[in-house]
Amino acid sequence: MQSLVYILPEIFLFIVATVLLVTGLFLKNIKLINSLAIFSLLVTVILILNQPFQSAFLNSFVVDELSLVLKIMILIGSIASLIMFVSSKDDLNINIYEFPILIIFSTIGMMVMVSANDLLAMFIGLELQSLSLYVLAALNRNSLLSSEAGIKYFILGALSSGLLLFGISYIYGFSGNTNFNLIAVNINPESLGLIIGIVFVLAGLAFKVSAVPFHMWTPDVYQGAPTPITGFFALAPKIAAMGLLVRFLFNSFGEIYIDWQQIIFFISIASMMLAAFAAIAQSNLKRLMAYSSIGHIGYALIGVACFTDEGLRSLLIYLMIYLIMNIAVFAFLLSLKRNDGYFENISDLSGMHKNHPLRTMLIALIMFSLAGIPPLAGFFGKFYIFVAAIESEMLFLAIIGVIASVISAFYYLRIVKIMYFDEPKEEFDGSSIKSLNLLYYPSSILIIIFFIYPSPVINISEYAIQSII
Amino acid sequence: MSEIPILSILIFIPVVGIFFMLLIRNNDDQSSQNLKHTALWITFLNFIISLSLLFSFDLNNPDFQFVEKYAWIESGISYHLGIDGVSILFVILTTMLVPICILASYESIKFSVKEYLISFLALETFMIGVFCSLDLVLFYLFFEGGLIPMFLIIGIWGGERRVYSTFKFFLYTLAGSVFMLLAIIYIFISTGTTDVETLLVYNFTANEQLILWIAFFTSFMVKIPMWPFHTWLPDAHVEAPTAGSVILAGVLLKMAGYGFIRFSIGFFPDASEFFAPFIFSLSVIAIIVTSLIALVQEDMKKLIAYSSVAHMGFVTLGIFTFTVQGIEGGIIQMISHGIVSAALFLCVGVVYDRLHTREIARYGGLVSKMPFYSFSFMIFILASLGLPGTSGFVGEFLVLLSIFTVNTYFAIFATTGVVLAATYSLWLYRRIIFGALIKDDLSEMFDLTRREIIIFLPLIILTIFIGLYPKPIINIIEPSTEKIVNQIKMKLD
Repeated sequence: MQSLVYILPEIFLFIVATVLLVTGLFLKNIKLINSLAIFSLLVTVILILNQPFQSAFLNSFVVDELSLVLKIMILIGSIASLIMFVSSKDDLNINIYEFPILIIFSTIGMMVMVSANDLLAMFIGLELQSLSLYVLAALNRNSLLSSEAGIKYFILGALSSGLLLFGISYIYGFSGNTNFNLIAVNINPESLGLIIGIVFVLAGLAFKVSAVPFHMWTPDVYQGAPTPITGFFALAPKIAAMGLLVRFLFNSFGEIYIDWQQIIFFISIASMMLAAFAAIAQSNLKRLMAYSSIGHIGYALIGVACFTDEGLRSLLIYLMIYLIMNIAVFAFLLSLKRNDGYFENISDLSGMHKNHPLRTMLIALIMFSLAGIPPLAGFFGKFYIFVAAIESEMLFLAIIGVIASVISAFYYLRIVKIMYFDEPKEEFDGSSIKSLNLLYYPSSILIIIFFIYPSPVINISEYAIQSII
Repeated sequence: MSEIPILSILIFIPVVGIFFMLLIRNNDDQSSQNLKHTALWITFLNFIISLSLLFSFDLNNPDFQFVEKYAWIESGISYHLGIDGVSILFVILTTMLVPICILASYESIKFSVKEYLISFLALETFMIGVFCSLDLVLFYLFFEGGLIPMFLIIGIWGGERRVYSTFKFFLYTLAGSVFMLLAIIYIFISTGTTDVETLLVYNFTANEQLILWIAFFTSFMVKIPMWPFHTWLPDAHVEAPTAGSVILAGVLLKMAGYGFIRFSIGFFPDASEFFAPFIFSLSVIAIIVTSLIALVQEDMKKLIAYSSVAHMGFVTLGIFTFTVQGIEGGIIQMISHGIVSAALFLCVGVVYDRLHTREIARYGGLVSKMPFYSFSFMIFILASLGLPGTSGFVGEFLVLLSIFTVNTYFAIFATTGVVLAATYSLWLYRRIIFGALIKDDLSEMFDLTRREIIIFLPLIILTIFIGLYPKPIINIIEPSTEKIVNQIKMKLD
């Protein structure tokens, strides 16, 4: 019974989601439901902040500094996508009250993921998250692209869950435990079966964070899903899966890090390089952002590959900056609206600085930040990643990283080029973006002024990692 | 005076200016005029403040002055500013050129005035920051940050092939610089600090020096630029608006030269000594090859751009002699080139504004229509080819003197560069200014306006003043240069 106290935030969210689900049937006011959802997510933030650090359910669910920080980041991502939803639901034809509820369910799944300290808890969290995401991707049932995205995501996601489960069974079979800490205690470094298990689990998790070579779904799903949902895909699940990956690898397989390090090493390089080249050819902004997020995950994985506290710290700094930048980008994408609908092609941005000077200036700076140009926040993310890489003598990763960042600068610059250098097109609508400004301006200002006082982010990440090291 | 954080004020006045600019509306001619005035006064104010540096600067103190140090990112990486004799003149050069640039853009920039001026103010912040920062991460921040406004300046207000040029400029310099970033991180990890003052007395092992030197060199080589990585420069110059070219030639190239003096030879003397013949060769090749290329150019800006590469060849020659004369010569050459090449680009801008072409063949015989213009152009052309009595001579002379003491062959080759410089400069001048005025559209040309005279006057005065009486400049530079050279000698022994 005591254990239930430790999952109070999750229980609270679950009750809220159930109540909202029932209320929604009778009350057709989507806006109200959405506001209630946002409010309850905010309450959850408070609940999480006041939670004691403890492990529950026979140490299969831990509440510690890392889970606290990651959960708050996830909640920020969820709130941001709910705000995006409310500003665009009418135009995108997704006037469906289940949206906020599915987001909440998925958020619960992610909160379980980052707290999971057991293979089964991990799988439960992952599946709760994924199943909600499959539905979300296909939410716009009148759109062929959206349905395709949902099906594609579901089939590939199910496959990856299968791989994951297969890997879990191997790990359980060869170590006799499902608890991360117990696996670490009873580990047999010579065991080949264990390695196979790790490989399969990593494959499944790489799918969730969309790292190369398990990234194929990302561009299609990003493009097909309605934009607020794409924003949600880019924000919260990546963070949750990263947190899970860290806990899984660091807590249970720290001793045989040599074995999994090379896997992470490879997928990190592959993600950075593939994303840098593939994004150049994209003409759709959401596809481009898909490749961009693959690339960013590649950088974040450098932090994991280091297997040092420095690396973990840089990973968290990177994820935080990534979160802020993506909120800004997707809020921006949703403001690209003319009378007859949303625009997703890069060429539609052409010359927009003539009509929207301030917005364009900010988004240009965000693009520079994504490219990692100082003095913007994105630079500091990469800076810490490279510090960690060089410190753990992974110079090769760092060199590949900087080369990839120069190549990827090209496609970010192309967006700036189109916005500034090309001939202007018709003006965009300004009406629907009132609530988006709530996301857009704070996040872009944070990105710009980050360099003045970076210590909070650094302190938070240092705080978060103390439970792992 | 020391309590006032004067360097921070210099760096952040343009930022405050940007906020002001954001508040001013920009919808008609009147408001864009207001914007220009605001920007001009902000940058002029910055210039005046930077002059106060000169008065309170202690000439006998070779160390860093006006030092400010605050905790910034974490221990080892701090917000550390300070200037010495090497950097003070660059700061003043920057603050002087920016108002001139804005003044020069009064007529030529017709659209998106607000963004243009904001880019320039941001650029000023970054440029001053580069010369003031005494922390490698801070330096890198400013060094790279300058790419953003410059990318926009070339790309938005540039000529026909502006997109190609600005991408080339951005990606070239970025690709060069990222290795410096890795080197900075390596330094941070192995020494625990990126503080320049600490690192200047730190001894890196010989192997470390070689690798780190190469990493820094890649960045500065592209930026300064040295042959064979100079090709972005002519493109960027040709397509940039006049003021963009002025800043590019006047200040941005100097950041790399400054980096060579402060970091490459300061941190890694052994490696620098090891690579010195290599640098000499590249410099001499640059001087001769780019001078020859300059000879055949048909575009005025391209010609001046190539001559910049040649002039920067003298700078690197001087710096890597490790003599007081050589480094002083390099610095004076940079200052002089900052004034003279900036002025030459302004000269091109003057006729370009009138005829909208930079093709040399379209001009000729301007002397009869534009006597004042011809006069100022002449002074800068003569300074550019290094005529005694102009600023160009002092730097080149000191460099050649120092290189002669180190290696005669390189000195001989470098001297041929002086002759070539005279050839292409004078020929350019002849084709534009002299000859008969036979082309019809040239008869409409009018002489310098009052605004243009205000732009040129300080540059002319400085060019001649430095040429005739370089003593005050040398007095400022000398103590710090001596300190650098002594430090290198100590480390080498």
